[in-house]
Amino acid sequence: MNVVEVQGLVTHYGDRMVLKGIDLSVAEGEIMVIMGGSGSGKSTLFNHLLGLLRPTQGVVRLLGHDMHHLPALEMLALRRQIGVAFQSGALFSSLSLAENIKLPLREHSDLDEKTMNIIAQMKLEVVNLAGFGDLKPSELSGGMIKRAALARAIVLDPRLLFCDEPSAGLDPAVSSAIDELILRLREALGMSIVVVTHDLDSAFRIADRICVLDGGEVIALGSKDAVRASSLPRVQDLLNRRNVEALLDRDAYLRRLLGEG
Amino acid sequence: MKGEAGVRLLDRIGRATIEWLDEIGFAAKLFSESLYWLVVGHRQKQPVRFSAVLAQAREIGVDALPILTVLTFTIGVMLAIQGIYSLRSFGAESRVATGIALSVVREFSSLITGILVAGRSGSALAARLGTMKINQEIDALTVMGIEPVRYLVVPPLVAMVVMLPLLTLWSHLVALTGAGFVVSHDLEISFGAYASQIIEALRLGDLAHGLAKSAIFAVLITLVGVVNGALVDGGAEGVGRMTTRSVVHAISAIVVTDMIFAFAVTR
Repeated sequence: MNVVEVQGLVTHYGDRMVLKGIDLSVAEGEIMVIMGGSGSGKSTLFNHLLGLLRPTQGVVRLLGHDMHHLPALEMLALRRQIGVAFQSGALFSSLSLAENIKLPLREHSDLDEKTMNIIAQMKLEVVNLAGFGDLKPSELSGGMIKRAALARAIVLDPRLLFCDEPSAGLDPAVSSAIDELILRLREALGMSIVVVTHDLDSAFRIADRICVLDGGEVIALGSKDAVRASSLPRVQDLLNRRNVEALLDRDAYLRRLLGEG
Repeated sequence: MKGEAGVRLLDRIGRATIEWLDEIGFAAKLFSESLYWLVVGHRQKQPVRFSAVLAQAREIGVDALPILTVLTFTIGVMLAIQGIYSLRSFGAESRVATGIALSVVREFSSLITGILVAGRSGSALAARLGTMKINQEIDALTVMGIEPVRYLVVPPLVAMVVMLPLLTLWSHLVALTGAGFVVSHDLEISFGAYASQIIEALRLGDLAHGLAKSAIFAVLITLVGVVNGALVDGGAEGVGRMTTRSVVHAISAIVVTDMIFAFAVTR
C-alpha cells in the first residue's frame, strides 16, 4: 500500500507556477528523499504533503485519505498518525523539552502524567537526549534541537514521518548522526519516512528512493542507482554540484572551527 | 509628472484600504472561529483548556495590578486637583465629587486600563504569535492536530474579556480613592462624606457603561494583537515592527471605539 500519493499537483504563487504537475508515491516502510536545490519547489511540496497549503490542482493522499477533502474529525485522526520534524525544530520555546514532547500526548490522549513522563523519557532515549528533558529549547544546540524535534514527531508512534532538512546547518559529524537516527527509527519502529533535503550526501545515505525536483518538476525518480545513472543533464548538474557544495561547506566549517568567521 | 504623482498617491491609498479591509475581515474570521471552538471545541476533541485561560488571566490581570494601581491612583489625584481648580472659578467645588465619579466610572478607568493592557498584553500577544509563526511553531501545532485558534487565540480572548472589566472595576476603586484623598483634604470634608457623595452620584447604568466598553476593548486588544502577530514576516525585525504596530492600532481602536460609544450612548 502507498502511504503517500500525489497526483498532478499544481501550485501557483500569484502568476508564478511553483509546482508543475507533480506525481509521487511512497510505499509503506520506505524512506523517500525529496531532493532539490533552493527554488526547486521542495518546500512547497513539503507544505502540501502536510496539508498546510491548498494546491491549485491535483490530489494529495496520505494513508489513503485525501488531505484537502477530509472532515475535521477524520483529519484529526489522520494527523495523529503523522509525525513531522520541521527544519527549525519548531519546538515551543515556552515549554521545556519534555513538555514539548508530551504536548501531543496531553492533547490527544487521556494518559495520566506519570505515563506521559515515561513515554517522553523513552522517546528522549531513542534520540539520545535522556537527561535533557528539563532544558528549554533555547538551551539546546542545533543538533539537539533536530533530535528533539524527531522525538516529538514520533511520540504518538506515527505510521508516517516527515522530516524537513534534518541535517541542514549541522556540521558533517552531527549530520551523519541524524541520518543514522532516521535509519534506526525506520528499523526499530517500521515507519515510512519522507525526507526533504538539499544535502546530497545525506540523501544518498538514507534513501530507498530519491525524487529529484527542479524548477517545480520531478526530473528523476527512482532508486539511488537509477538517479545516479540518469542521463538528464539537469540531474547530473545537480549531482555534480555536490562536490563543489561539499567543499564549500567543509571550508566554511573549518573556518568556523578556527574562529575566522 | 503631477498626474503621475497623483496616480501613485491614489494607488497607495487604494492598496492601504484593501489591506485594511483584509485585516478587518481576518479579525472577524478569527473572532467567529474563536466563538466556534469555545462552544463546540469539546465535541470536536479540541477543548479549550481552563488551565490555559487561567494562565493567561494571571498574566493579563494579576500581573498588571501593581502598575495599574499606580497609574489610576495618580489619575484620580490629578482629576481631583484639576476638578477643584476649574469648579472653584465659579464657586462650585463642593460638587467636584459628582464630576469625578462620572468621569472616572464612565470614561477614564476603562480608557486607561484598556490602553495599559494594550501596551502590556496586546503587544506581548503579537510578539509571541509572531515569534511562533516565524519559528514554524504554528505550523507544528496544525500538523499535530492542535487547532491553532483554539489553542492560541481563545485562551487570551476569554481571559481578556473576563479580566479587563475586573481590572476596570479595580481602577474605579483606586482612582476614586486617590481623588478622595485630595478632595477630603482640600475641601476639608471627611472621606466618608466624599464616599457617600460618590455613591449618590453614580447609577448602575454608569457602571455598566464603563464595564461594557472595557469588554469591547478586550476583544479589540486581543484581535489586534493576534492579527498583527499572525501577519509577521521577515524574522526578528518583522516581530518588532508588528508588535509596535499592534500597540498603535490597539490604542487607536480603543480611542475611536470610545468616542463612538460615547457618541451613541451618552448624547
